[in-house]
Amino acid sequence: MSLPSHPPTSPGDAANRGTAHPKTLFEKVWERHEVVPETADTPAVLYIDLHLLHEVTSPQAFSRLRAQGLKLRRADLTLATLDHSTPTDPDELLGRVPVKVESAARQVRELEKNCREFGVELFGLSSPQRGIVHVIGPELGATQPGRTIVCGDSHTATHGAFGALAFGIGTSEVAHVLATQCLLQRRPKTLAIEADGRLPPGVTAKDLILAIIGRIGVGGGTGHVIEYRGSAIEALSMDERMTVCNMSIEAGARAGMIAPDQTTFDDLKGRRYAPRGLAWDEAIERWRALRGDPGAHFDRVVHIEANGLEPMITYGTHPGMSVSVTGVVPERSDDPVHARALAYMGLVAGEPLLGRPVQVVFVGSCTNGRISDLQLAANVLRGRRVANEVRMLVVPGSQHVKREAEARGLAKIFVDAGAEWREPGCSMCIGMNGDVVAQGEYAVSTSNRNFEGRQGAGARTLLASPATAAAAALTGCITDPRDVLAGAVPGAH
Amino acid sequence: MRALHTIESRTVVLAAANIDTDQIVPARFLTTTTQDGLGQHAFADWRYDASGAPRADFALNRPEAAGCKVLVAGRNFGCGSSREHAPWALLDYGFRAVVSTEIADIFRNNSLKNGLLPVVVDESTHGWLLAHPGAAVRIDVEGGTLALPNGSVAQFPLERFARYCLLNGIDELGFLLQRAEAIARYEQASTS
Repeated sequence: MSLPSHPPTSPGDAANRGTAHPKTLFEKVWERHEVVPETADTPAVLYIDLHLLHEVTSPQAFSRLRAQGLKLRRADLTLATLDHSTPTDPDELLGRVPVKVESAARQVRELEKNCREFGVELFGLSSPQRGIVHVIGPELGATQPGRTIVCGDSHTATHGAFGALAFGIGTSEVAHVLATQCLLQRRPKTLAIEADGRLPPGVTAKDLILAIIGRIGVGGGTGHVIEYRGSAIEALSMDERMTVCNMSIEAGARAGMIAPDQTTFDDLKGRRYAPRGLAWDEAIERWRALRGDPGAHFDRVVHIEANGLEPMITYGTHPGMSVSVTGVVPERSDDPVHARALAYMGLVAGEPLLGRPVQVVFVGSCTNGRISDLQLAANVLRGRRVANEVRMLVVPGSQHVKREAEARGLAKIFVDAGAEWREPGCSMCIGMNGDVVAQGEYAVSTSNRNFEGRQGAGARTLLASPATAAAAALTGCITDPRDVLAGAVPGAH
Repeated sequence: MRALHTIESRTVVLAAANIDTDQIVPARFLTTTTQDGLGQHAFADWRYDASGAPRADFALNRPEAAGCKVLVAGRNFGCGSSREHAPWALLDYGFRAVVSTEIADIFRNNSLKNGLLPVVVDESTHGWLLAHPGAAVRIDVEGGTLALPNGSVAQFPLERFARYCLLNGIDELGFLLQRAEAIARYEQASTS
């Protein structure tokens, strides 16, 4: 794969406009990718530097290319992996037992065939690099500052943590990018989220983004690209920044971005597709310019204070319905959406979340399936046992994460605790690969969506951080992870 | 894509806000490799009970819903995933337009590429539509209007290029392919 390293200056750049108005990070990346700027009549033709494919949203796009006799324009800017409908049960994955969902297995074979036929690099079932598409892009160093990155998946915003403009597209657009490496796009509006202060101990990036979504609402970012800024964001590791950007779509925003800095560069250096030698030095210089200019205008600005945040958990059926884990189910008697959500969840307004029994705990997904997430969960579980009545599934985000977790002894902590240690994939986040939560069961999940039926028909999802999820696994009920870490929960069953 | 000029139909109302793509078509039906036949799975978990029998109280299962092409839904319709299976399912079911006060970005984009019209109206028009399920409405793509049977006419925003594509049945891919020279120039500049 040979990704372009020098995005050209487009006619949309300030130099050609006569006035150099201060620009946001988003504007800088957008303008460098305008093949044809937008007009009143037509959207911009936007160039895409990296196209990521997976098995669920690509088959119909390849069929379209075949039907129209079109070629793949830039196989060298395209990467594919298997994650969504891929089994995480090692026996199924390795073919020792039949795959539970036969149609899913067909979909896997279809992507293998399409990649062979069109010459796309596939991180396939036996690849040591395979994993969730949004975990492996950054691992491979294919996710870089300033790039435009798309994928037929709404959590593509994850890659924005590196200062890329990354967003999810539908299957028609997957075909557009396959055939032309471009998309027709109207310029979105910009929303700055200024998170100041510092996350308190026991409070994670997941809690921060749940608090942000709770604040602006599940439609609060619609039509916007979010830029996360401020001291609380700058203090985050790359894994944590990815958790934040990942859930931008849960606030309605197609993309979330964070300006690259030394944390970004240190993470990228030496990765498979990262520039090397002189090219690395040049890249760093270019990337350092990728931050918002002082005085750059945002269409909207929201401030949030990180210091007072607590571990969060959702109680309803969209990610905006969250409270502190120590809180109670809110009362909103005049809101039919709220009433319907509580009925689905089997919860009553005013009742505390702490102490409510759960049957399933899921640690994984593109939101919280990276090594530091597994570390958070392991810190809580170390030397303890998962409660007898709880099924705990730990699913690493990639083969790389899996190896790393095994090398660090985390996998052993999970297995010794009685959790299932699985092969990488989307698993229970989407429930289309055999991993599902049963009707009516409560699952504390580190994934990103608590929609009705998301984890299986009738499943009741409570979104939380890996620490909160592990704490629930330990006690069999919703528990404040800070109490476990402080030794206030005996935890030995 | 078929050209779309006007839609005249009675409405079906699903008043809930934030109807996400997992409700429009649950993930377990996404293991298909074609885009056909998804209409049977539209709103599957709301339409059918655990045994697969239709729920009589669900709006789409009522006799008066048969043949309706316009879905009126609560705020922030289509939030969630990027699955184009959502508009495919609604179109295959028979819908040609979705009316709400707010429609999620990716769902909106996907809909326009398939000839499913996203219609965003003001609160008062929306309120009237929610209160009058089965109302006979007329939607005009060219004028960007939705006419109610009480004589009032609401305007809805439709980006100019999207309108042009809908009215002429033009597919965006054809338009992009015609930009091949500009794309090649951009690529040359980026590698030089």
